[in-house]
Amino acid sequence: MPSNAARRIKSISYARYGYYFIIPFFIVYILFQFWPLIQTFIIAFYGNTDLGNVNGDGSRIQNLKYTDEFVGFQNISELLFNNNNESAGRSIRVNSTDFWQSLENTLILWIGNFLPQISLSLLLAVWFTDAKIKIKGKGFFKVIMYLPNIITAASVAALFKTLLDDTPKFPGPVNGFFMDLLGRDLKADQPFTFIANITSEQPWLPRASVMFIQTWLWFGNTMLMLMSGIMGINGSLFEAADIDGANSWQVFVHITLPLLRPIMLYTLVTSMIGGLQMFDIPLLFRQGPTFASVNPNLRTIAVFIFSKFQADKVKNAWGYAGAASVILFVMTSILGTIAFYINRDKDALAKKKQIKKLIKQQKIKAQKATLGGYSGL
Amino acid sequence: MSRNLDVVNPDEKTGSYHLKVFLKSMGVMLGLIILTLICLVPIYLIVVNAFRTEQNITNTALSFLPEFGTKMQIDGEMKDVNAWQVLVQNLHTAKVRLQFDALPGFRNSLIISVSSTILTIFFSCLTAYGLCVYDFKIKDSAFTFVVAVMMVPTQVMGVGFIRFMMNFFGMKLTGTYWPLIIPAIAAPAVVFFMCQNMKSTFPFDIIEAARIDGCGEFRTFLTIGLPMLKPAIAVQAIFAFVASWNNFYTPQLILGSSTDRSWEKRTMPLMIAGVLSNDNVRDKGAQAAVISLSILPLIIAYVTLSRFIIEGVALGGVKE
Repeated sequence: MPSNAARRIKSISYARYGYYFIIPFFIVYILFQFWPLIQTFIIAFYGNTDLGNVNGDGSRIQNLKYTDEFVGFQNISELLFNNNNESAGRSIRVNSTDFWQSLENTLILWIGNFLPQISLSLLLAVWFTDAKIKIKGKGFFKVIMYLPNIITAASVAALFKTLLDDTPKFPGPVNGFFMDLLGRDLKADQPFTFIANITSEQPWLPRASVMFIQTWLWFGNTMLMLMSGIMGINGSLFEAADIDGANSWQVFVHITLPLLRPIMLYTLVTSMIGGLQMFDIPLLFRQGPTFASVNPNLRTIAVFIFSKFQADKVKNAWGYAGAASVILFVMTSILGTIAFYINRDKDALAKKKQIKKLIKQQKIKAQKATLGGYSGL
Repeated sequence: MSRNLDVVNPDEKTGSYHLKVFLKSMGVMLGLIILTLICLVPIYLIVVNAFRTEQNITNTALSFLPEFGTKMQIDGEMKDVNAWQVLVQNLHTAKVRLQFDALPGFRNSLIISVSSTILTIFFSCLTAYGLCVYDFKIKDSAFTFVVAVMMVPTQVMGVGFIRFMMNFFGMKLTGTYWPLIIPAIAAPAVVFFMCQNMKSTFPFDIIEAARIDGCGEFRTFLTIGLPMLKPAIAVQAIFAFVASWNNFYTPQLILGSSTDRSWEKRTMPLMIAGVLSNDNVRDKGAQAAVISLSILPLIIAYVTLSRFIIEGVALGGVKE
């Protein structure tokens, strides 16, 4: 028997506390994330966003105001196709090849780090979860392999930049090591262009460096995710395969891979969304003081956007930054929807479907029964 | 059934099976050791270089040990120095010529990371508690909203964010810490994690009991809800702190302007970026000293907390 107090409490509605508890989150979200997003969209459709008073040294931004003019889809279409003819009066032009180049760079850098990363992580995850392989100090290896992911990306970029430095006469230690290895003279010969600021003639060495850094940073994280996925697979399946005499390759191809597919797809999509935002490493892995000296082969979309509203202390560029952001947003939302779709609760959906099916079947049965009843007519 | 168990791999008794397992394990160990080296050597090389003079680095680029006993130019004259003195001198060079001041850097990063971690944890727990414990009309749509915006990245709204912060209802917030701390209140991913955690482990009856005893709703949350979530909080706090400490994009937007008064408010990653973009000073020893100094506290903290972190990543992986 519930006590009096309990009965009284049951009758009180606590719904309003739910609103009290969640309201700070929503206020802050709307103010600091949702409204900026809307503003980005607005900026994308305006042509002449004036940065306000720029000082003599061209650096200080004092107040920001629109000197407006709604241009509609002009920013976006110029980014994509650069139809020069109808944008008279705008002092800053954008080159659509720059934008496409940044898209291409992002894609190349992402694929180039994802493929080695996922294969390495998969191999390691299989090794770590294989009961037949005896690894001493598993915990130690896991800790070490996740370590790069903890370190600040800015520090990582700095670290590899100093190691691979390609300034003539002053190569970094690792660059110097490679030069020694191939018999080049440290003082006289040209170092390997791992970073290469100005010339973009050799796009692949700097790209390979960034791919390596990204893989170095993320493989531990992916490995731990895949490991938890493999450990979620029913162990009796592996035992059964073992008893049937399957070798480790067969187990991998026929059991681990198919059952790991959802988590692999999830990793793929989240990594892709992360890859679209690639920013810190490509921006900081450069020779030279300004953001303009980022190697053109490493300029990702995020760097492109950033350079359009931060480094270019000029009028008119914000509209393009907004437009590029909108394009990035659309791409991310498509990928996000896919991730959401993959990650949805499949059991619940299956149950719903089954219930529907049962209801349908019963209806059909009932119909048949009624039809049967009237068949004599 | 029982017959199946008797079937043994034919190789197993002959010993060649054991040999195979042994060889395979050895091969795997070798691979793991190589990977460990790849993970550690870059960090090690930088730490070693912090103990070397610029002169020595230009002479022999790659060295696995610092030169014990070498000459270095200090205050205009060549002196015999040991590795520790070289490190001190390198840091001095970094401070004087590269504008890298470690202590303010750490202080700024700590202020921002600690406050935003506290805000993230407290308000995420609050929101998750509100969404899970109470029944109200928009509950489900609010939860769907949280899940949907989880994937929206900060990079996309950078343009609007900086513009809004330049004129936040008449206030100029660029160059202050507020835009880096306050948004931490809304962390959809943490809310989602806390919700999943509560749904699977939280004893909801206890709230009813607290009500009967006359405990107010907010006090119930503070004295019962929060302590119950402790394990989840530990994991999420570590990740929130690391993410905030390592954040480069937003601080660069807000504090990046070099002529603003925000110069001395820079966080550690911004200082590193500043050292990197300084082209006039190419003192590799000083650069290495700076980078080591920025990495080491993180590594020490990581090694002490590694157990929680590794478990936390695995937890995050199985989001279903």
